Amino acid sequence: MAVLELRDVGFSYRRNVKPALDGVSFAVEAGRSVGLVGESGAGKTTVLSLLLGLSSPTAGQILFDGAPLDRRDREMMREFRRSVQTVFQDPYSSLDPRQSVGRIIGEPLRSLGIATGADANERVAAALQAVGLPADASRRYPHEFSGGQRQRIAIARAVVARPRILLADEPVSALDVTTRIQIIELLAELGVSEGMTVVMVSHDLGVVAALCEHTVVLQGGRIVEQGDTRDVLGSPADPYTRRLLDSVPRLPV
Amino acid sequence: MSDDTPLLDVRGLRVASRTGAPLVQDVSFTVGTGERLGLIGESGSGKSLTSFAVTGLLPDGLSASGSVVLGGMQVVGARERELVTVRGNIASVVFQEPLTALDPLMRLGKQVAEPLRRHLGLRGAALRDAVHGALDEVRLPDPERIARAYPHEISGGQRQRVAIAAALACRPRLLIADEPTTALDVTVQAEILALIDTLVAERDMALVFVSHDLAVVSRMTDTAVVLRHGRVVERGPMTRLLSAPTDPYTIELVRSARRLDAALEVS
Repeated sequence: MAVLELRDVGFSYRRNVKPALDGVSFAVEAGRSVGLVGESGAGKTTVLSLLLGLSSPTAGQILFDGAPLDRRDREMMREFRRSVQTVFQDPYSSLDPRQSVGRIIGEPLRSLGIATGADANERVAAALQAVGLPADASRRYPHEFSGGQRQRIAIARAVVARPRILLADEPVSALDVTTRIQIIELLAELGVSEGMTVVMVSHDLGVVAALCEHTVVLQGGRIVEQGDTRDVLGSPADPYTRRLLDSVPRLPV
Repeated sequence: MSDDTPLLDVRGLRVASRTGAPLVQDVSFTVGTGERLGLIGESGSGKSLTSFAVTGLLPDGLSASGSVVLGGMQVVGARERELVTVRGNIASVVFQEPLTALDPLMRLGKQVAEPLRRHLGLRGAALRDAVHGALDEVRLPDPERIARAYPHEISGGQRQRVAIAAALACRPRLLIADEPTTALDVTVQAEILALIDTLVAERDMALVFVSHDLAVVSRMTDTAVVLRHGRVVERGPMTRLLSAPTDPYTIELVRSARRLDAALEVS
């Protein structure tokens, strides 16, 4: 059974205007990473806010462990928040500059009531180790770290509560190319070691191809194509997917 | 200017912050008429500061030393009044984000008209025709409508076309393109790169193309300089830089780019 599923989902920001999403269906199955690809206006941000439970679809359903996600159901939303954690695009604005790294990473443990005190500190230390940062990082502050290291901190915060799904919104777009590869590799490793399923939203096909097993291509609020990344990017059936692929600048061989 | 003087001659360029901290150190390169050069670097490499210094556009508080000779004029230490005669006329710059390059409160036609008025002294119907001609040359549909529009009324790709039209209106001999497609969707990026490529070739212009993206630079130029922490770490023909880089940083850069390329070669 899928952990998360969008079933014929539509979303309109206002009535009587073109919907931001229309008839969108896809499933996130445990252990099978999903990449959502599209350009501006494709509906990536809207899908993300639905997957985060920040808004409800105006048509169709979102299923969490097979049951319709109900934002008023506190018990369900509590379980949902424990299960789905997020990494955002910009590691410069997503970390509170006034809090120590240890406190930032431990935040989900406190807000979800998972651990406190020595237990929490232990989990923070384990998370730091998992993302390849030194243990003494927890006493330091975000400004002392580079962009790539900050994104590691954001990932540590996302994985500390051992979520089932890691939702990554353009997690490497703000990073230099040399750092991008390292962060993608880290996400792939954590997917295996922590038993997490990565769902990544990105405009970058190369990044999705490097990390995700399933690819969903969005254009203008609709899914134009989805399936095994190997098939979708290897032999695209839809002309828009083909055009996206052809537009990616590549090095001469 | 004699034939053996390059259009742009940068020698020992240094850019320092207000406190004197060096941000760009000992950067040298030349660009001859019709030549193309890539400036490759990641954040903090000094590539954008270098391109600003070339046209005297460094932000307040930063100072340049060394020598930048553009179209026969020494840019380092030149007064704003002198620089104005060079910008748009000898060299023009297209920036990453057309929304910051374009005045949000001014109709687009007026913004394209500005350099035509200043450098070529055009007025009235001749000016209007030249504006429409410039918009037409960047393949914008319905130039008259675009000329009357404000920046927020058109798409990001169209805005970058307008910025290119304004930059090229006076037929400069050098175009400096600083990450011109980084803020654009990938399909739009492909169109804008093709447009710049065509216009530069048609007009036998020189091009300095600044980008963090190796693949984009290799699409646009045959030669490049790799910058890191404000210094040149390697330079040479693109083919050699990609096939046999010698500097450890260039090697890492090429390897990273190839890894992402390879990920796309699924089948």
